[in-house]
Amino acid sequence: MPTAIEFNHVSKQYRLGLVSTKTLSHDLNRWWQTAVLRKEDPYLKIGSVNDRSAAADSEYVWALRDIDFKVEQGDVVGIIGKNGAGKSTLLKLLSRVTGPTTGSICARGRIGSLLEVGTGFHPEMTGRENIYMNGAILGMTKNDISRKLDEIIDFSGCERYIDTPVKRYSSGMTVRLGFAVAAFLEPEILVVDEVLAVGDAEFQKKAIGKMQDVSKGEGRTVLFVSHNMGSVRNLCRHGVLLENGMVKYSGDIIPTIEEYQKSIVAYGFSDRHDTKSEKVSLLRFEILDAHDNPIEVVLSGMDFRVLVEVRNNTDSDIDDIDEFTVSIESLFGEGLIVVNNVQLGKHVTLKKGVNRIEFPIRKFSLTSGQYRVGLYISNTIGKLCATEVAKIISVDATSYYGEGKIHFNTRFLVDYDMIVSNG
Amino acid sequence: MAEEKWDLVIKPKDRLLSVDFAELWRYRDLCSLLVKRNIITQYKQTILGPTWYVVQPALTVIMYMIVFGGIAGIPTDGVPRPLFYLAGTCLWQYFSDCITKTSNTFVDNSGIFGKVYFPRLVMPIANVISNLLRFGIQFGFFLLIYLIYFFADPTCAAHFNWYALLFPVLLVMIAGLALGFGTIISSLTTKYRDLQILFTFLVSLWMYATPIVYPLSQTKGMQFLGLPVHKLMCLNPVTPVLETFKYGFLGAGEFVGWRWLLYSFVFMWLLLALGIVIFNKVQRNFMDTV
Repeated sequence: MPTAIEFNHVSKQYRLGLVSTKTLSHDLNRWWQTAVLRKEDPYLKIGSVNDRSAAADSEYVWALRDIDFKVEQGDVVGIIGKNGAGKSTLLKLLSRVTGPTTGSICARGRIGSLLEVGTGFHPEMTGRENIYMNGAILGMTKNDISRKLDEIIDFSGCERYIDTPVKRYSSGMTVRLGFAVAAFLEPEILVVDEVLAVGDAEFQKKAIGKMQDVSKGEGRTVLFVSHNMGSVRNLCRHGVLLENGMVKYSGDIIPTIEEYQKSIVAYGFSDRHDTKSEKVSLLRFEILDAHDNPIEVVLSGMDFRVLVEVRNNTDSDIDDIDEFTVSIESLFGEGLIVVNNVQLGKHVTLKKGVNRIEFPIRKFSLTSGQYRVGLYISNTIGKLCATEVAKIISVDATSYYGEGKIHFNTRFLVDYDMIVSNG
Repeated sequence: MAEEKWDLVIKPKDRLLSVDFAELWRYRDLCSLLVKRNIITQYKQTILGPTWYVVQPALTVIMYMIVFGGIAGIPTDGVPRPLFYLAGTCLWQYFSDCITKTSNTFVDNSGIFGKVYFPRLVMPIANVISNLLRFGIQFGFFLLIYLIYFFADPTCAAHFNWYALLFPVLLVMIAGLALGFGTIISSLTTKYRDLQILFTFLVSLWMYATPIVYPLSQTKGMQFLGLPVHKLMCLNPVTPVLETFKYGFLGAGEFVGWRWLLYSFVFMWLLLALGIVIFNKVQRNFMDTV
């Protein structure tokens, strides 16, 4: 397959802080150095790594540093990373909203970018007028839009309101309309930024389906940024993991996602836990497969173990443990599964020092999606240790009932049979 | 791989004069839709709607009649005051509207510009075109008042002459000058908004450097630092355009001369070229600074 997009050592520098007289003096200095003395830009040499939480040691920051990869034609690439890792900056450069500081990006074919749904929608104009407006902003001609108008309206599912001003629309309807326009855009390269995070389940399914058609059926290249590992996994073949503005990993999508989730949880622990002040502190929280390897992606129907290592920081054993619970919740905090000592009628003692507790779980029943796994430990007096999100797991149900049968609308899976008796 | 095989190469810096007019032309549909949007949405949910287009100049003219005609007693080349002021106000209003709108291009549209690429120049061009509607209505109002005078008082000093046929050219010149100045201002103000405040102020002062509330003939023979004020006034590229307009429609004063008109015309093209080049340079990275 020929290359569709090529990033050649692309970097992007931003200046932190406010625009002030200092900016002016820097600008004048830069102009003096580059235009008059014909030297290199002095501010390109400095600049710190893009780490959101570390204190800034320089006013300049590299939002992207030396990005260098290729995307093949017809490939669907997921770009993942934490907030502020540089994903959106990368897409912005690609959609020519802003230019790179150094390096170049080469592309073959037109680029259609969807950094936002419904760009240019004016609340006072009707749905129909806005379809034209939005389409034209995305680079379609009036004829293109007129030809596809019926399809667009049909796809959006907003026929009834099409001649009503968009300000009367619900936010979901606005998004549907916007996505519908974008879906009928026909660029060779489509750049999409987390737009699927909005809209109801039915629409998300429709949108993902449309994107799959675009990449599989029509052979177009798609670059997709999302935090929803489920949709990234469903949609993408390859992945690029960005961290602090640099490519940390790139390759097939599953290893990329796994790499990403390792970094999330590692970050979460060091960030949240003050290991000394609590009576009981969490040292380790892992999901282990049958071979004792820590995993981030769990397959529905599989057996695994939840391993918890806690340290009793007090001088004596804690004998009165009331509840030792591991909970699995949706990302919105809706409780789905709880496993604990109470249900099993087990008495738990936390000895002084490190304790290791395991929960072997059999035939895991949740369907595809992302879930958070939390921990709650209490004794008769009160809470000893609690964390809502000790780990985020991705569940993959695609092979539960047979390859490729994805079930979007169900929450749980059961191992069942079907008996047909006729006559 | 050879670079020429790529359809698109995104680099930190382009050559200075790499304005892609073919691309701009491909986005002509967007331009016409933006014009339509600007027109439709401007007076949505107002009761008087486009009537405001007429109320504004009418009130302005009444104000001028009181202040400059009445109190200051500045003559108007023998032309009825309402007509004289209205002619100047119409054209100046269009000019200053276009400048203001264009100079805010980046700030007003940062939302759209930050999300999707299209030639940014489409925005100011659409603004200049959609402002034509407003100008058209105001110009119609001017013609109406003109006809009323014409029939009510046949001896009235205002009368057409052949120079009125230059009107389309004059309009293009005004639009071109506004677009040129506007794009330059907008490019300079993305980072340092101080300039925006300065320019807003300068544009309002500029009106008084242009013969709108007084006739150019009034400056004849005046000296400023030993230089003839009449000539200095004509160096303002808007003056010859405005004077020709008033001379053509009202017969006010005398024709400024083809030389000055040509000067304005050349000035407009140079300004426009400079404006577009600067705008093109700024548009690439303005999102980082706006």
